[in-house]
Amino acid sequence: MKINISRIIIFCFVIFCLFVFWLGLKKNINYDTESLIGSRISNFQLNEINHNNQSISEKDLKNNEFTLINFFASWCAPCRTEHKYLLKLSDKKIKILGVNFKDKKSNANKFLKELGNPYDFVAKDSEGKASVLFGIYGIPESILIDNNLTVIKKIIGPIDQSQYNEILNLIR
Amino acid sequence: MLSNIGIGLIVLVLILSFLTIYTASLDLKMPGQSIKKGIYKLSLFQTTFTVLSFFTLIIGFINSDFSLSNVYENSHTTKPLFYKIAGTWGNHEGSLLLWVNILVIFSYLFLVFNHTHNKKFRLYTLIFQNILILGFSFFLLLNSNPFNSIYPIPLEGLGLNPILQDPALAIHPPLLYVGFVGCSIYFSAAMASLISDYRGKLFAQSIKTWVKISWCFQTLGITVGSIWAYYELGWGGFWFWDPVENASLLPWFAITALMHSLIVLEKRNTLYSWVVILCLSTFILSVTGTFLVRSGILNSVHTFASDPSRGIYILLFLSLMIFSSLIIFFTKYKKETYNFNLKSRETFILANNWFMVFFLLTVLIGTLYPIFLDVITSVKISVGPPFFNIVIVPLVVPFVFLMAIVPKFSWIKLQNKIFYKILFLILCGVIINLFISHFFGKYSFLSNLIFIVAIFLILQSFLDIKKLINKKKKPELSRIISHLGFGLLVFFIGINHQFSLEEDFNLKVGEIKKTKNYEINFEGIKIRESKNYKAIVGNFKLINEKNDLVQYLNPEIRIYSNPETLTYEAAIKTKITSDLYLTMSNVSRSDYYNIKFQNKPFMIWIWISALMIVIGGFTQLTLKKNED
Amino acid sequence: MKIKKIIFIIYLSFFVPLHTNENSSELSEIYKNLRCLICQGQSIADSNSDFATTIKLVVQDLINEGKTNDEIYSFLISKYGEWIVYQPTFNKNNFLLWTLPYVVLVAGGFIILFIIRKKQV
Repeated sequence: MKINISRIIIFCFVIFCLFVFWLGLKKNINYDTESLIGSRISNFQLNEINHNNQSISEKDLKNNEFTLINFFASWCAPCRTEHKYLLKLSDKKIKILGVNFKDKKSNANKFLKELGNPYDFVAKDSEGKASVLFGIYGIPESILIDNNLTVIKKIIGPIDQSQYNEILNLIR
Repeated sequence: MLSNIGIGLIVLVLILSFLTIYTASLDLKMPGQSIKKGIYKLSLFQTTFTVLSFFTLIIGFINSDFSLSNVYENSHTTKPLFYKIAGTWGNHEGSLLLWVNILVIFSYLFLVFNHTHNKKFRLYTLIFQNILILGFSFFLLLNSNPFNSIYPIPLEGLGLNPILQDPALAIHPPLLYVGFVGCSIYFSAAMASLISDYRGKLFAQSIKTWVKISWCFQTLGITVGSIWAYYELGWGGFWFWDPVENASLLPWFAITALMHSLIVLEKRNTLYSWVVILCLSTFILSVTGTFLVRSGILNSVHTFASDPSRGIYILLFLSLMIFSSLIIFFTKYKKETYNFNLKSRETFILANNWFMVFFLLTVLIGTLYPIFLDVITSVKISVGPPFFNIVIVPLVVPFVFLMAIVPKFSWIKLQNKIFYKILFLILCGVIINLFISHFFGKYSFLSNLIFIVAIFLILQSFLDIKKLINKKKKPELSRIISHLGFGLLVFFIGINHQFSLEEDFNLKVGEIKKTKNYEINFEGIKIRESKNYKAIVGNFKLINEKNDLVQYLNPEIRIYSNPETLTYEAAIKTKITSDLYLTMSNVSRSDYYNIKFQNKPFMIWIWISALMIVIGGFTQLTLKKNED
Repeated sequence: MKIKKIIFIIYLSFFVPLHTNENSSELSEIYKNLRCLICQGQSIADSNSDFATTIKLVVQDLINEGKTNDEIYSFLISKYGEWIVYQPTFNKNNFLLWTLPYVVLVAGGFIILFIIRKKQV
């Protein structure tokens, strides 16, 4: 077999492709938005769940050293499992903004009465449109930001013990 | 017990493969032109055992024998009989068994039907094909065994996905596999032809029929899959450029290119190396497609349940195939002289191949790019319908144009006058079109071009048919039918894409929505209990405001219990002129229903055109004797 | 003569009235270009999921505010990453994706010309 440059190139190219396939097998095909860490959250304005005349915006969050923005709903089962970690966090030096997603006011109030209210402010997002501003695509989801409104951690799904510890590390 | 029978049969097939390879290698050294009778017997036994193993699995499904883990995972006692049987190939392991079956059956048929050809060539083909059979049989036994048994035997199965319980989907895999796997035989034949130096016209004649058979079934399989997607999946589309769909389209481009190049190879004894490359590439693409679909490397609506070990095995097999074909091709390559006249038919076939390769590589790049980007840079992107439409559709215009003018050029002769006449007229058409689209401002320039060339091809085909009836020359009939079908397909897809009406809105029971030309009245909801599901049926009254025609449509939301799934059944009213398409889903935690309403003009003609293409192919198979 | 008739028919086909439904077809087009993040390979247009419902509302709002298609896509990409659009943006990552097919087309053309010319010489 003649060894010439084009044949070597072809062989190398095939080896490269097969190698990429092999590496590709190990990659996770499910997409998540964790790569958006480091970006700033956008400007927003949300009303308080029980009092329409009270609102909160990104300017208010600049005053906090750290804020955890937690999207939850009364109809969401995993939100119940993560709730105890939110309660624990409410004692630490971190402010928690709860956003009630696509929910009825009465149900949300019942939920918080039953499980406890860890939130410094409960906002409502009845149509879910505000969640898009934060890049949320499922419930529960939480975003940890600093006083520059930069996202330092994204938690997709309920907060578990290891993520709770990570949050504690980050807000030290 | 079925488990043991099944595994036993596969092991027998494996042993027979080894024996076949061994005896064929011995027979290679023997003088004379006929193959030892024993080899035929081995092949026949091999076929018998393989088919029996497939029937064993089918029996397992029919009897709901849950001692077989495959039956347990994919069936249920309450499934209707037809779908129990279809469940055999509706899963990874069963379809792999079907794959092995087709490899073996084609191996035997090729051996038996090619006795006019060179002995060494046929023996080498048999050897290579059996190496493929070995590879897949080992994969089957070691990793994806449909005859694995479980103990204790469960009382009930996990159930077949309700979406798969559909007649079109039941026959779609077997049809597609005859296409996909059928190309294995000319892969082996190409390797054999290189090694035994059996080239040119004779080689073309030996594989011709097999290429056509695999092409017909591949086209039919893709069409049936699209018809199923349209009627069953509830989004009103029939092609999504999903990776699994692309995996079936890639070999189709290659087989189409091959089919056309074979004509040149047979008539003019040239393009041999290119034909070999196509033969090798087609099956390589099939296996690559299988890899993409079954390894779990891509995110798709169609994927089988994934398992990384499968991916590694298939990748290994794919690598061996590619390297061995590259090595054999490079060692046995002989330089060819090409003898073309620029404006003759060969050049058009080359052009066809040129476009086919372009379409193929575009789809391949579009499908694989996200994987490469993710592995190299960890950036995840999506490549979907907009990409493929933007890159491919504009090039369909010159492609269809070339198809339309090809018949004007017979072999070798130069036809200058006609050539320049056509060029001039089409140029006029383009200029006129430019003025019109500028004047009206609303026309899509591209879709107009599509319509022009498609109509050109259609009318040209009708003229050809007229000529045919007058001269009574049969051979061209199949080409005309297929090309006419293709022209119609392009035309109707263009119309459907350009003139479809789509509306997406939310309604509560009792509300009315007025869209352009239609008034949609959400009259009510009914609950219907059926054998294995509960249906929420919507009653919709549609009034066509142009002609006051009233129609009723009943889309459904079906709740299945085994396994627990939700499906959305579209209400489709098919007419000659258009389809009305309505789907309904409920918005969670609300009284609203999300309604998708579509009016799709000439939808059924898309299927008719696609089937016409297939009929053209089958016509040529049956009119074999009247070549030249 | 026959060809002139064909061209005439084609010319007539330009006068088939084209009804474009501006708003809803534009919405449909946008929905089809957006990917449902929680589904297995479905667009926002085809998906019946919660996420799809939310995105549809947001897109409708943005259209009513007068945003162009590109602005809507940029907005969603900034929130969810490039994965959410089916038409890859033309940037340094996707440069090869958009150019390779045409490179192949041109290269193929040259190869064929080269093969044909060989004999003419």
